[in-house]
Amino acid sequence: MGKPIKIRAKVKGDISEVKALMPHDMESGLRRDAETNELIPAHYITELVAEHNGEIVMTAYWGPAVSRNPYVSFSFTGGVAGDTIKIHWEDNQGDSSTTEAVLK
Amino acid sequence: MKVHRRLVLKGTLALSAIAAWPRLLLAARPDSAFSANDADKAIADLFGQTPLDSDQVKMKIPDIAENGAVVPVTVSTDLENVESISIVVVNNPTPLAAVFLLTPRSIPSVSVRIKMGQTSQVRALVNAGGNLYSTSKDVKVTIGGCGG
Repeated sequence: MGKPIKIRAKVKGDISEVKALMPHDMESGLRRDAETNELIPAHYITELVAEHNGEIVMTAYWGPAVSRNPYVSFSFTGGVAGDTIKIHWEDNQGDSSTTEAVLK
Repeated sequence: MKVHRRLVLKGTLALSAIAAWPRLLLAARPDSAFSANDADKAIADLFGQTPLDSDQVKMKIPDIAENGAVVPVTVSTDLENVESISIVVVNNPTPLAAVFLLTPRSIPSVSVRIKMGQTSQVRALVNAGGNLYSTSKDVKVTIGGCGG
């Protein structure tokens, strides 16, 4: 199981802005262990899906070039305070994480 | 007979329109574009078309990235009917960094932090109304963030 996602979702007028921070190593597969000099296996988030009240509002596909502990922000229309924001990710090693937050 | 032929023609046109639709609309990660080691190849694989430079695509990224492991990027656009926003780091080992699929409810603006192995041109691509638009910026990296 991946670690929970930190989500901040705020609505201002008709626009809801979501900021999310997800703890993840995002190993590129190109780095070597400083002691053993062995390549560290690639381990990175490949897919991210954001839902507002069960409807997908953004899907992201990532490569290993997204920074460690990825941060993402995006906005959409039609949300009101109290609505549910759900973010889910999957990585290349089969790990995943899902977190829900309330739109404020 | 004439009507029938026309119907068949209509059907064929509709089918070819679907075939020409960007592959992005498929609900799966474009793995081959992500593993391409050349920026143009990755873009061709992803969209099947060459981007047009457009000042309607806006990218906020530092001119000089002190730490290539964490380079903040924001891509936004005034274009309408935006289907996707993508970020390509030309000199990275696999240049395609991220693809964001938007919906009709999306505000066409996304922010993310990316890694840059070395000084490189960074390209932002916006797929809107079936056309592909882009803008580019050279970013100088003082400490790389990819290799070991």
